[in-house]
Formats: sequence, C-alpha cells, structure tokens
Amino acid sequence: MSDAVAIGSPVTIRREPGKFWIVPPAALLALLFFYPLALIARQAFLDDSGVANAAEIFRVLHSRFFLNALVNTVTISIAATAGCLIVGLVLALILAFVPFPGSGFIARLIDTFIALPTFLVTLAFTFLYGSAGMLNTGLMEAFSLPLPPVDFLYSTWGVVLAEVTVYTPFILRPLLAAFSLVDRGQIEAASVLGARPFRIVRQVILPAAIPALIAGGSLCLLLTVNEFGIVLFIGAKGVITLPLLIYGKAIQESAYQVACIIAVINIALSLGLFGLYRFAAGRLGA
Amino acid sequence: MSAAAFTGTSVMDIDAAKIRGAGSNVHFDKVSVAYGAHVVLHPLTLDIAPGEILAMIGPSGSGKTTALRAVAGFVRPVSGRIRIGATDVTDLPPYERGLGMVVQNYALFPHMRVEDNVAFGLRAQGAEKALIAERVKDALGTVGMATFARRYPRELSGGQQQRVAIARALAVRPRVLLLDEPLSALDAQIRRNMVEEIARLHRSLPGLTILYVTHDQTEALTLADKIAIMRDGRVCSHGPTTELYRRPPNRFTAEFLGRANLLPVTVAEAVGSKGFATARHGDAVLTGAGRDEKAGDRSLLCIRPQHLSLTAESQHTNRIVGTLREVHWQGELTHLVLDVGGTPVRVSATKLPIALPEPGAQLPLFFAPADTSLLPEDAGV
Repeated sequence: MSDAVAIGSPVTIRREPGKFWIVPPAALLALLFFYPLALIARQAFLDDSGVANAAEIFRVLHSRFFLNALVNTVTISIAATAGCLIVGLVLALILAFVPFPGSGFIARLIDTFIALPTFLVTLAFTFLYGSAGMLNTGLMEAFSLPLPPVDFLYSTWGVVLAEVTVYTPFILRPLLAAFSLVDRGQIEAASVLGARPFRIVRQVILPAAIPALIAGGSLCLLLTVNEFGIVLFIGAKGVITLPLLIYGKAIQESAYQVACIIAVINIALSLGLFGLYRFAAGRLGA
Repeated sequence: MSAAAFTGTSVMDIDAAKIRGAGSNVHFDKVSVAYGAHVVLHPLTLDIAPGEILAMIGPSGSGKTTALRAVAGFVRPVSGRIRIGATDVTDLPPYERGLGMVVQNYALFPHMRVEDNVAFGLRAQGAEKALIAERVKDALGTVGMATFARRYPRELSGGQQQRVAIARALAVRPRVLLLDEPLSALDAQIRRNMVEEIARLHRSLPGLTILYVTHDQTEALTLADKIAIMRDGRVCSHGPTTELYRRPPNRFTAEFLGRANLLPVTVAEAVGSKGFATARHGDAVLTGAGRDEKAGDRSLLCIRPQHLSLTAESQHTNRIVGTLREVHWQGELTHLVLDVGGTPVRVSATKLPIALPEPGAQLPLFFAPADTSLLPEDAGV
C-alpha cells in the first residue's frame, strides 16, 4: 500500500460519536439513583434550615436502638453467610462430584429458590416450625407436652435459618459453575498420587473455587445485611436489624431524619462490603 | 527453554532397584469394561513385564485409554482382575495402587508452585519433610526443571509443564507409570524432543514399568519395548515392537503401525525351512517371509515404502514394475506413488536419479525378501 498523501484532498476532522453515549445512562442513573441518594444524605446531615446537625447524628449513633440493630444486622448476616457457605459448599460438592441420577434435577430445584419471594420460605417455616406448626404439633401430641417445645423460629437463629435457606442458592450457583471448570485430570492425578478424597477437596478443588466462594459469600453478605422481608415476616421478638429499624423510624414513627441517618450508615456498610468484595475478587481473579 | 535432556540421578538409580524388588509387572486377566450394555473393552488378557514399556495404540474409541484407566482405578471392570506385582488391585481405590500418571493436558495444580506440585504426592503419602525436599530436588533434576521450582505452572511452556507432570509422577516412586497421550498437546518439534527424552529417562530408570497410551505410531515405535494395537475394544495384535513392525500379523496392524504397501498375491510355493514362500503378483514371481502359507493361498505381501528401491542391490531379488503416478518432494524424503497392477504402491526414497522421472513413466522397483511379510488377505484383525 502506498504511503503517499494525495495533494489537495480535503481534510475532514471527524467527531467521535461514541463519547456521547455516556449521557443517557448517566442521566438515568442520576435521576433514579444518585438524586434520591443525595436527598437521603441531605436529610441525614442537615436540619430543616439547611444547617449541619452533628448533634442528632451523634445521638443516633450512640443510641441503644441503633447499636442493637447494628449488632443484630452484623451477627445475622455473618451467621447466615457462614451457614450459606457451609451448606452451599457441601451441596455443591455432592452435586458436582458424587455421581447419582437426578443430580441435575436437584440442582435446578435448588435454583428455583432464587425465583421465589423471600417471605415464602418464612411462611413455610411458620407452617413447619412455628408454635402451631407441624413439628411442634407432632411433638406435643407424641409426648403430651403442654407447650410447643421448639421455639427457635422466633429468635435470631430462626432468622438465620430462613436466610440460609433462601440465600444458599446464591453460593451454590457460582460454586457449581466453578466446579464444572475444575479439570477432572487434576483430581485423578491427585488421587493416583495417593491423595484421599478429603485432601483432594481441600488442596485441589477448594483453591479452584475460592473466587466463586468469595463472590457468592460477598453477595450473600450484602443481601443479608439488607434483608428486610424475612426479618419482618418472622417477627422475632427483639430482633431488629438496620433495614427494619429504618422502616420503623420512617413509617411507624415518622422520624425521617433518624431513618435517613441509619439509612446512610446502612448504605456505607453495604458499599464497604461491596468494596471489600471487589478488592478480594480482584486479588483472586474472580 | 532448550530441550534439556532428562538426566538420571543417583537417588533415582537406587529407586529403580527398589521398584524392581517390589514387583512392578501389570497383569490384565480377562478384564472387561462396559457402560451399561455397551462393551468398551472386551476381555483383555495381557502382561507388562517389570521395567517394560508397553505402548497401547489404536484409533479413537479402540479401548486403549479405558484399559489404562482400569489400571489407574478410575474405571471398574465388569469382569476380570488386574494385578500389579503380587497385588490384586481390582478393588483398590486409585490412591492405594502406588502408581504415577501423566495425562495429555498435564493436570498440574495451577495454584501450586512447581515444587509443591511435585511434592503433592509425597505429602499425601505422609512423607517426612527432609525426604520430600530430597525427592522433589531429584525428580526436578531428572527432568531438567530444577531451576523452575519456584515458578507457577502458568509461567511455563507446554513442554516444561509436561516435564513437571512427569517429575510429579516420578517423585512418589511409582510401581508403574501410566502415560495417557502425554505428548498430544505439544507441537511437533517439542513432541519429538520429548519422545527422545522419555526414552532417555527410561534408560536411567530401567526398573520402571510404563504403560504408554498413544495414537501416535512414531511415539510407540520410538519408546516401546512391546506394542499392543487396539481396535474396537480388543487387542488385535501384541508383540515386541520391531517384530510387530517387520512382521505384522494382520492388515490392520500393517497399516496402523507405519505405512505399508499390501500387494495381493497368490502363494505359489509354501513356506520353506528358511521361512520364505514364493508368491505371484500378476506376472511377477516374488519371495516373501511367511508363516504357514500354503500353495494356492491368497495373501497380501506387505512391503514398507522405505524398503522399495529404484535401483537394484545384491539383496534385492524381488522386482516389480509400476507406472509412476505422483511425486511428492519433502526435503529429506521423496515420496513416489506408483500403480502396480491396479494397487497403489508408495516408495519413500532418500536418493533419486538426478533426472526425476515424469508421471506416467514405467519404473522398476526392487526389494529384499527379508523386508517383506506375507499376511492373510481376509484377516482384518
């Protein structure tokens, strides 16, 4: 090809149309997300006259109801995420590496939990483990008990169990995807070299699944920190989490500024967890 | 990386004696494998002697990898027994069989450094730290990878990864080394080098029994003491490599193991005391090495392309004439294709007349009776 430049040919400067495509999505995000967020932040940090209200923020952050809700939120989300990781890992290992007929069907069945509303599981739990549920009724009849012997459902652990049931598929799905990519040759090579199944899981399979575990675990943590429906539906005595507290302050007590302060903390917690997840995922190549 | 040769070490040499003592022969006793009603390995009875390299070759789906996986313990036979040394391993899990295995895609653990990959089996077997360090150093030294111990597999080329995979298999001092198409993922040049290096490795570990599964006849011919040719789940021939190549027992073996010209002939004079029979192909009277052919038998005379010559030498007492159809020059070799009485005949020549013959020319071809083999015409397997 010739490098010669044709003399007298018109030189046109073309504008790149691509850079304008950022405008519509940015405008949409600003309208639907950042603007409401800014309103919440404004309501949290400024009083009605537009002056910073540090005293109210300080009072809320040191209040018993906030600290209790924070502790409940963190406890429940960490316990539920740990439960999801353990149950999800065991289920994924069985579904991926133990050949049995119907394993695909079971995996898809567990997947359907993702499609169901979260309160449905809670409702089912009420039928199963509630005061008048099948378990308690059965036990009371069998042992002639005057009161329902099982009452964990209306405690922190009831909420944790419900969240584990609802959110385990969020761990299971990425784990199954990660396990499907594990080279079976590596497992066989490890086995021939003398490694027993537990060592193979620990040293060959799990390292390959760490990005999926982190991704799934972080997602679970995010979702459980912000879980509202399950906690509300179970109505466990004294189990108030941050989202439930925000709801109570805003809707039941009309204390909008308090609700917004707690909402900002909740958002900061979520974004912090998300940042941690991205950092860890980036380091591990998830 | 340069194609550094595998170098034997003193520790490995000592180990060869240990391996011999442990009894490392493999015995298939009517081993059959089936998936449901589909039989993939018909009853197989085969012995691999201690220190022997047996190459199993055959087309895809012939059952060779199934046989290897049955030895490894990943496939359970529906009938028959497998013994390694004096141990019946049929019901043992893979981790109790004392084997080493190298597969096509290396199967290195990507999150472990080279040294940890090689140490994996020893750690799994509960070896002491000092012993692990010594064995890892020896194994990596054996495959010329000692300086790569701190690297991760992703930082190595395909050939280097395969060396590490071999080192990992050798570090546990296996009774038997299973190689499942170990060089298939490498490019041609590296593959050639690796074949030579595996041959050198085996010379430094003469007690190591190797079952080598491949579809590449060159690898099998270069490495194996014996070859088993598989077809449709059965062994269609088995024997010492040179014997199988020079005297293939059937048409499939002749054509699968190297290139072969198969001239249809009619036996004129039965096999004599020297093992030769006289046979006719058209007007040509030819002498070929036979087994138990009788006068009047219809046979195939197998002649390898490199044993046909355009010029007569003293031992070339057989002569046929063909019409030149194609000439393919490939540098070191020139391939000629001739039509001999309707049968295409290939000639691989290193030396040709200065004036290359033109297609259509009538050319005489000469060959020695000792370079031929008569085999039954109707025996596909």
